[in-house]
Amino acid sequence: MNRQIRGLGLGISILFIALFVQLNYLQVVHKTKLASNPLNRATVINSYTLPRGNIISADGVTLATSVPTKDQFKYLREYPTGSLFEEVTGYYSYIYGSDGAEAYYNGVLSGKSSTFKLPTSLSGLKNLLTNTNNTQSITLTVLDKLQKAAQAGLAGRDGSVVALNPKTGAILAMYSNPTFDPNGLVSHNPTAVQAAYKAITATPGGPLASPAYRQIFFPGSSFKIVTASAVYDHDPTLASTPQPVLTYLKLPDTTTQLHNFAGSSCGGQILALFTVSCDTGFAKIGLDLGAQNLYDEAYAFGFDQTPPIDLPFPVKSNFPTVSSFAGNLPTVAYSAIGQENVEASPLEMALVGAAIANGGKIMKPHILGSITDSQNKVVSTYKPAVWLQATSASTASKVTTLMESVVSSPDGTGVAARIPGIQVAAKTGTAQTGTHHTDDWFVAFAPANNPQIVVSVVIPNQGDLVSDQGGTLAAPIAKTLIEDYLSTGAAEGSPGGSTSTSSTTNQAAG
Amino acid sequence: MIPLPARRRTELGLIILAVILTGGLYALAGFGKAGSLPANIGPFLGTLFALLIAAHIALRRLAPLADPILLPVAGLLNGIGYVFIARLSAHEARLQAIWTAVGIAAFVATLLIVRRARDLERYRYMFAAGGIGMLLLPLVPGIGEDINGARLWIHVGTLNFQPGEIAKLALAVFFASVLAERSDLLSQGTKRVGRFLVLDPRYLAPIVTAWALSLVIFLAENDLGSSFLFFALFIGMLWVATGRALYLGVGAALFGGGAVLALKAIGHAQTRVQAWLDPWVHAETTGYQIIQGWFAIANGGLFGLGPGQSGAASIPEASTDMIFAVMAEELGLLGVSAILIGFLLMVGSGLRIAVRCERPFEKLLAAGLSLILGVQTFVIVAGVTRLIPLTGITLPFVSYGGSSLLANYILLALLLRLSHGAESEAVTIAVPQEHLVVGRAE
Repeated sequence: MNRQIRGLGLGISILFIALFVQLNYLQVVHKTKLASNPLNRATVINSYTLPRGNIISADGVTLATSVPTKDQFKYLREYPTGSLFEEVTGYYSYIYGSDGAEAYYNGVLSGKSSTFKLPTSLSGLKNLLTNTNNTQSITLTVLDKLQKAAQAGLAGRDGSVVALNPKTGAILAMYSNPTFDPNGLVSHNPTAVQAAYKAITATPGGPLASPAYRQIFFPGSSFKIVTASAVYDHDPTLASTPQPVLTYLKLPDTTTQLHNFAGSSCGGQILALFTVSCDTGFAKIGLDLGAQNLYDEAYAFGFDQTPPIDLPFPVKSNFPTVSSFAGNLPTVAYSAIGQENVEASPLEMALVGAAIANGGKIMKPHILGSITDSQNKVVSTYKPAVWLQATSASTASKVTTLMESVVSSPDGTGVAARIPGIQVAAKTGTAQTGTHHTDDWFVAFAPANNPQIVVSVVIPNQGDLVSDQGGTLAAPIAKTLIEDYLSTGAAEGSPGGSTSTSSTTNQAAG
Repeated sequence: MIPLPARRRTELGLIILAVILTGGLYALAGFGKAGSLPANIGPFLGTLFALLIAAHIALRRLAPLADPILLPVAGLLNGIGYVFIARLSAHEARLQAIWTAVGIAAFVATLLIVRRARDLERYRYMFAAGGIGMLLLPLVPGIGEDINGARLWIHVGTLNFQPGEIAKLALAVFFASVLAERSDLLSQGTKRVGRFLVLDPRYLAPIVTAWALSLVIFLAENDLGSSFLFFALFIGMLWVATGRALYLGVGAALFGGGAVLALKAIGHAQTRVQAWLDPWVHAETTGYQIIQGWFAIANGGLFGLGPGQSGAASIPEASTDMIFAVMAEELGLLGVSAILIGFLLMVGSGLRIAVRCERPFEKLLAAGLSLILGVQTFVIVAGVTRLIPLTGITLPFVSYGGSSLLANYILLALLLRLSHGAESEAVTIAVPQEHLVVGRAE
């Protein structure tokens, strides 16, 4: 009988071995396949049933928050400001994933990336053992006030507005049309979410594409900021060389003529050329500088590089490679005035303005002000850092003089941005994108002697060549943002900008 | 042979370890779920410890030579089970605590009443009648009750009870006594018909009776799990008694044939088998439970999500049939492997007791009780992991269920009684031999 009893033991062991094998198969081998099974709502829902930190604007407005619900998800993500901050906050949808700050700071908001500390108290130990209490909130550098000004300024037109603090790189406003209400994508009703997504993707202009930092446009004459800097950096004699007064420039190696905007004629030294945005003059300067110098300068200003902004998938702005100009000299002339293959994102043009405004240094652009824990205690504050040394301080100061003239000189193209008592420095851009259509730009900063804010505005694809120009359409929007920002005490009181962020954080906490 | 106090000292140490492990798990589950220590952790651990100590003292007095591993492992599994039930339903956890106390009381009572295991042999027909009666009790109109399509329950007043759990013990006693007496006959009961050696119909009768009974359970009560458990118990014990592998073959064929026949007739079993063969087709209906279980198990991975940290609510019958899936999600492969090893340890201890027993009846009873524990664990865990069709039987000591706990504590007491009997006989035989050796040396 003992033989059979041992046999019984062996038999039961074999059955248990089968269990171990099956468990290994399910929990290790087959795990990912089961986790990604579309029927497996559990894992998807699990990651969306956790509380999530808030997103707050620098002036204390709640941009995203999680509201407890009674359904299986337990929390509903809400965006109280609707479409106003969509480009910055993005969305957190259980069907369509996430975007914007929701995606970039997911680890912080969900509490997964909160720094591990050995527990020193019972409550510390408690926090370690639970996943309920370590979500963190983020306070952004973006201001509700400026965001509203940008939205009102665009008045429903497609376009983008980016404002930043040149001394810190803090994004103060980032708004584009068309936009959409992210609340539609985060509802707990799958059919409603799918319908909302369909409507958003059907909208012309692709609101999901976040134009302010993910789309590129011809910068046109606003690129002359870079070309002018290249003159001072690489061939300063060109600055004092008067260019002939022309209505058009005969380009080398071809019969093509480069005409000034709307058939005007212009010429003279660089200040005169810059003030009226003289295309023939700058095209000639571009040809004299050569492809290599232009490329080097554009690269130094951040073209062909990915801006290190804390948002997902920022686009590279484009300046053609030196080799692409070989045997095709006329394109050098076009590139010098921001046409041909030069394309820039609204963010990049803001950074170009910031380089001039900040003595040649481009600070890393960022939307994060500070991170606070669930008890509203500041865990960490963003520390501004230099991204690029675009040019020298002396070049920056000389280009600032040129840009001041655009606004203050009676024949300047940016007179619409004049603000009594504040010297604004700016450059307009009206890039021709085809027959009778223009991308209208305005890149400005103020006050010129101690810049607090840089604004870059683009209104693409406008049809009326007379009324729709950078100086007429885009300039007033930049002006409003500058006025609104400089009228706040915080901006004047603290040139660093970061202290204003933390003070607003404390307000939000209180 | 470990001397008397050492065995019980080992047991005491293991009980303390089991309570500490359970306490740690309960604290972690509380933190994981609510972010705080469970409010009743002190009273709970105190009660668990007191109950296990009561059983321990009973063993010291009534069966001091019994195996020291079985009680602590059962206590640990019971404690872990409570933690997971408490995590799913506070109401069920309260009832489970009461039933644990009842189970321990039954454990002590069994040790008190059954002073020698072989005394049970005398009441074999009472056990047979009682066992079969209890099996069929749920069919009696008025007290029987369908739960989830299977008629396994009786209710008296507000109390629900699954008599099949007790019946399996009674039948194990009955089978052991009959087989111990007839094993020689059964191992030779073949006739030559032409060129073939076939079983004598006379000796085939018991096996056919058992088969018929299991088929009745299956057909009338729609319970594939219990049906399989009874039949496996009978065939297993028959094989242990006779050593004839032919019985295993005949048993498997009969059960397979019966199951196929019954499947054609029973809707409930059909849906279970459909859900087993292709759960994905029926993912939102009959396959829902098994697929949600799979997702939960897979979600646990190697290390698990941590006690109290899974969703768990999406699995139907999470506290009873599917409790293993919840454990797999929260404890991971490593955690549930440890739990399965705990069961294997109990089965192994039980079979070792069977080997050490002297009398055929005791050997067979110990083997049968161990078999119940092993097969029941396999049937439910294999069901949850979809190795076999899922059936509604409990994971011993772990699942929520009063009758199951009660029956398993009685099973444990019987095994320990058998163990004490075997060891005390070994002692009484060993002592004269020692004298003999000493005498020779002189």
